[in-house]
Amino acid sequence: MASKQDNVKDIVDRKYEHGFFTDIEADTVAPGLDEEVIRLISKKKGEPAFMLDWRLKAFAYWQSMQEPDWAKLKRDAIDYQAISYYSAPKSKADAPKSLDEVDPKLLETYDKLGIPLHERARLAGVAVDAVFDSVSVATTFKQKLAEAGVLFCSFSEAVKDHPELVERYLGTVVPQRDNFFAALNSAVFTDGSFVYIPRGVRCPMELSTYFRINAANTGQFERTLIIADEGSYVSYLEGCTAPQRDENQLHAAVVELIAEKDAEIKYSTVQNWYPGDEEGRGGIYNFVTKRGDCRGNRSKISWTQVEAGSAITWKYPSCVLRGNDSIGEFYSVAVTNNLQQADTGTKMIHIGKNTRSTIISKGISAGRAQNAYRGLVKMFPTAENARNYSQCDSLLMGNRCGAHTFPYMEIKNPTAKVEHEATTSKIADDQLFYCRQRGLSEEDAVNMIVNGFCKEVFRELPMEFAVEAQALMNVSLEGAVG
Amino acid sequence: MLLEINNLHASVNDVEIIKGLNLTIAPGEVHAIMGPNGSGKSTLAQALAGREDYLVTDGSVSYKGRDLLDMEPDARARAGVFLGFQYPVEIPGVSNVYLLKAALNARRKEKGEPEIDAIEFMRFIKDKAKLMELDEKFLSRGVNEGFSGGEKKRNEIFQMAVLEPDLAILDETDSGLDIDALKVVANGVNKQRDGQRSFLLITHYQRLLDYIEPDHVHVLANGRIIQSGSKELALELEEHGYDKILAAAS
Ligand SMILES: Nc1ncnc2c1ncn2[C@@H]1O[C@H](COP(=O)(O)OP(=O)(O)OP(=O)(O)O)[C@@H](O)[C@H]1O
Ligand SMILES: [Mg+2]
Repeated sequence: MASKQDNVKDIVDRKYEHGFFTDIEADTVAPGLDEEVIRLISKKKGEPAFMLDWRLKAFAYWQSMQEPDWAKLKRDAIDYQAISYYSAPKSKADAPKSLDEVDPKLLETYDKLGIPLHERARLAGVAVDAVFDSVSVATTFKQKLAEAGVLFCSFSEAVKDHPELVERYLGTVVPQRDNFFAALNSAVFTDGSFVYIPRGVRCPMELSTYFRINAANTGQFERTLIIADEGSYVSYLEGCTAPQRDENQLHAAVVELIAEKDAEIKYSTVQNWYPGDEEGRGGIYNFVTKRGDCRGNRSKISWTQVEAGSAITWKYPSCVLRGNDSIGEFYSVAVTNNLQQADTGTKMIHIGKNTRSTIISKGISAGRAQNAYRGLVKMFPTAENARNYSQCDSLLMGNRCGAHTFPYMEIKNPTAKVEHEATTSKIADDQLFYCRQRGLSEEDAVNMIVNGFCKEVFRELPMEFAVEAQALMNVSLEGAVG
Repeated sequence: MLLEINNLHASVNDVEIIKGLNLTIAPGEVHAIMGPNGSGKSTLAQALAGREDYLVTDGSVSYKGRDLLDMEPDARARAGVFLGFQYPVEIPGVSNVYLLKAALNARRKEKGEPEIDAIEFMRFIKDKAKLMELDEKFLSRGVNEGFSGGEKKRNEIFQMAVLEPDLAILDETDSGLDIDALKVVANGVNKQRDGQRSFLLITHYQRLLDYIEPDHVHVLANGRIIQSGSKELALELEEHGYDKILAAAS
């Protein structure tokens, strides 16, 4: 046993050495939230004073705020005092020692998704193995990034190594008091990712949380900050298609993107947190605040998301189009099955002249699931000649699920134009029959029709992700028809 | 026999549409079915293809010696039954090639053949497209998505050519085609006639039968075949309409 412990420690140290692991002492703070807890979190992370002040201010806001209920989600009440806001990664001793000890059903899913063998162990939380491959891959990547001057590290590291950047940008897109969950996140976030692309640099590779290994337990209150300085470009991938389990039921992440003049950020997400079982037991409550600020002229921010997991998804990746001629895009596929509920959409806030936005939202519901698109297009008086195009399509499978579309528009400039299209369709029996008449099994036919429905969004994803996303759709809708 | 239909009864929404139909098709034969609107021609076609809303209440259908009615619709297709739809549906976002590749591979798998590789497949369907005089741009478009009525029909025949079925049931594939397209479609069918492959052509027009010479012509009325004959029967129908035959039958 002793040697095992050493072994584990070894791995932890190695990860740290490569800068991809946030060193957290192995302990947990008792459940509950007050100023003391926040001070403790900040202290344990060795944060500078500005960070603690910032957290405390957020906490004060949070205390005066109410949980939003306008999305009309059905869920259990969350007891915020029952959550432990600081816990180190679970002891590796409790983790499965090898893939043999992992739930065969989970492995089957990995197989269907085509997850590479060496990734499966990591995703399933196997204690040892697995991690090593990623470490070496990550190291090569780090070198390449360093050469380009790109900063890509955990949020904790950024606070220590680049406090001036963090202080300058943190909370400038999503202020602490933005909403109840953002305020909570601001007070207690434990870790996340930080990216800075210097002026004129085209990031030499897709950045992915996939290559960060300290994922354990940062999932709950994750904080991401991405800054693309003038004329730079970055494509960032969050999440992966494999079902991810987490002990924590509540997730409240915040993502802030800043695009300076002529900069472009492409942010792609595949979300597949545990959705709960067929009866709706368990499952993650995912309350996320994601916003991008097109600060400079001709900047561009593009959100692409595939939302497949979680019992509840509450998420509106948005763009503030401040710079003239800036562009905001939102491409989304949200699939809900069984008793899942998704309330997702976007806000496009047009402030600058000639700003453009595109919204393509595809909602798929099966089982008894509910799927809502909620979007706001706002044109400020300053938004001369601004344009928006929105398209919201819903696909229903069976007749016990629901799809809802809530497009809000506020147009304060007479030269601005907004175009909105919405459709709701069922997978028609005659489409299914047509495919089956050509020899496809019912399952293959459903998959083909669903993937066709999602095509406009999938093609926005980086190639590899797109293939995975298709497979994910198929797995998510398994048993939805018939 | 390739297909033997015995005393077939089929209902839609609890209304009996096919009322005791008998039909036998030998390998290599071309049969034409004609009949007034609403007589049950499409119902017969759909029931043979296995559409669930078309409930078979009595009778039997044997296909290559198997009980066809006991097979799932996709199993029937993989066993070589092809239906050219009277109203082909649109499947947005799913390209024609994509569907056809999946369909072809499903059929090959059934026969114990390996999956066709991508390059070979592309060459194969481009050849078929040429044969059917179908512009290649239709290959990558969504299945029937925004196709004109005639283009949809042509696409059905193209799919048939790719899938090389043993029994092709073509439900009014000639309707809505201009004269050139009609020749192309007829040509496509004729090229597929190889003495083994059988066809069941549902049509209202003798002119199709000018191009595709049927071995047998049947008149379907009120859910039954009330008269069968050679291709001359079609000419007779063209001239006199259904009244005489209907009157004689009742
Ligand atoms: N889904 C359905 N629900 C109710 N009635 C139906 C349905 N499908 C077919 N029918 C009825 O069954 C009868 C036969 O229809 P069918 O489509 O088989 O005729 P058809 O011979 O193909 O006619 P046409 O020459 O016009 O294509 C018609 O009276 C039709 O209204
Ligand atoms: Mg018909």
